[in-house]
Amino acid sequence: MIKALNNIRLLDDLARGETYLHRIHPLVKLLTTFVFLVSIISFDRFEIINLLPFLVYPMYIVFFAELPIRPILKRMLMVAPFVLSIGILNPIFDRNGWLTFFSIVLKSLLTVSAGILLIATTGMERLSGALRILKVPKTFVLQLLLTYRYISVLIEEVGRMQRAYALRAPGQKGIQRSAWGSFAGQLVLRTFERAQRIYESMYLRGFEGEYHTGKTAQIMLQDVLYLICWSAYFLILRAYNVPYLIGNLLMGVIK
Amino acid sequence: MSHHKIEARGLKYAYPDGHEAVKDISFVIHHGEAVGVIGANGAGKSTLLMLLMGVLFPDAGDVLVGDVLVTKKSLAMIRKSLGMVFQDPNDQLFMTTVYDDVAFGPRNYKLDEEEVDRRVKEALELVGIAHLADRAPFKLSGGEKRAASIATVLSMQPDLLILDEPTAALDPKSRRRIMKLLKGFSHTKIITSHDLDMVYELCDRIIVLKNGVVVADGKTSAILTDAQLLEACGLELPLAMQGCPVCEGKQEARHK
Repeated sequence: MIKALNNIRLLDDLARGETYLHRIHPLVKLLTTFVFLVSIISFDRFEIINLLPFLVYPMYIVFFAELPIRPILKRMLMVAPFVLSIGILNPIFDRNGWLTFFSIVLKSLLTVSAGILLIATTGMERLSGALRILKVPKTFVLQLLLTYRYISVLIEEVGRMQRAYALRAPGQKGIQRSAWGSFAGQLVLRTFERAQRIYESMYLRGFEGEYHTGKTAQIMLQDVLYLICWSAYFLILRAYNVPYLIGNLLMGVIK
Repeated sequence: MSHHKIEARGLKYAYPDGHEAVKDISFVIHHGEAVGVIGANGAGKSTLLMLLMGVLFPDAGDVLVGDVLVTKKSLAMIRKSLGMVFQDPNDQLFMTTVYDDVAFGPRNYKLDEEEVDRRVKEALELVGIAHLADRAPFKLSGGEKRAASIATVLSMQPDLLILDEPTAALDPKSRRRIMKLLKGFSHTKIITSHDLDMVYELCDRIIVLKNGVVVADGKTSAILTDAQLLEACGLELPLAMQGCPVCEGKQEARHK
């Protein structure tokens, strides 16, 4: 349980890195990710080969933002059960089942990694700053931010309760069904109380609904270039069958 | 008009479930005073603090900060001059870095980023954790967290500090550090605590609460030596005031 907590907070730690990718304007990173996602989602469901060149983007970020690969992969695995449950019946019912199945897996791999990498290089706070620049209503942004923060508080609380339970229930695996109701109820109440206190402490420091995250950097030339280059790369990959063209080219050379 | 004075007049507050936490509390705290509010669990200390800060509004009676009545309208202005440090630092540290947490208040008051930066650095310097600015709050030790939560309030440059159990759950060394720190502040201070030795050292005046009523209000030297009074309120003499068990044992042996 406590391990899960550290896992959540790892992305925050990673986001404090100092590489040039971390310094790219959050809005630019958000938009790049968006273009990336849209290009991938718009591919046909039989597509696999054309998706492969997109792998360059997450690999590029992992490498240049100096992110550790293992924890990122682990996080991507978390969505694996959902992806599998969506795609697993395809090979049985569909004639090209395996093809569509792998297409789904590849797409989810790409999209999920893009999302994780965006947070790991930007951090939730700067990201929500970017959302505010895009005029996303502050209620939504705040909701997102606070949910993100409170998750860890909630897990901490569950961890404590679970420990207290386990210490007084030796030899039991997990929590007995008869205790589920009061356990969940207790948790909700505790969470409310905690939320109330956190809100009070924010309120007492002049909080009025707008989450100020300090100075947002100006968008620089290199930021614009970053956006243009990647978007162009994605759009070209989307519009032309690049692997096929490269293959042809190579075959031509060999001949 | 001085913001440094705080006055409670016949405060009364009952929670929605009917529990009357504060029945009748009145006092005036003047500029520069350090006042300890003590009482057993459930005596109404926390509720009193909430009333002073305007988080709760009294059912009867008034709170005045400076000469201004605490109402919904005057809240924003009054809160600038009051700084409250919560009992659990985790409730007060909710951003990703210590720096952002300390900057939270000033940014809410729309100060420009240079001024925010200056204040944050000053506050962190003051509590001695400037080197932790970029760390994540959840990774700090208990003492560091406490210092950080005090800094989050100092950065707003309040005239009056309200501290709820500032030494709770600290090891002796951290406790000593925090006490030294608080002693160094020239702010008007209101401290609630069960750590009577700390209160004895830091406060020159004590208000004793029992069941939502002020039972004693006076000089620390008079109240914290009154064993009978403290006993009646579910408290006891500060350890420093109690006889040393080792020496007493020796004395008794000698008398025999």
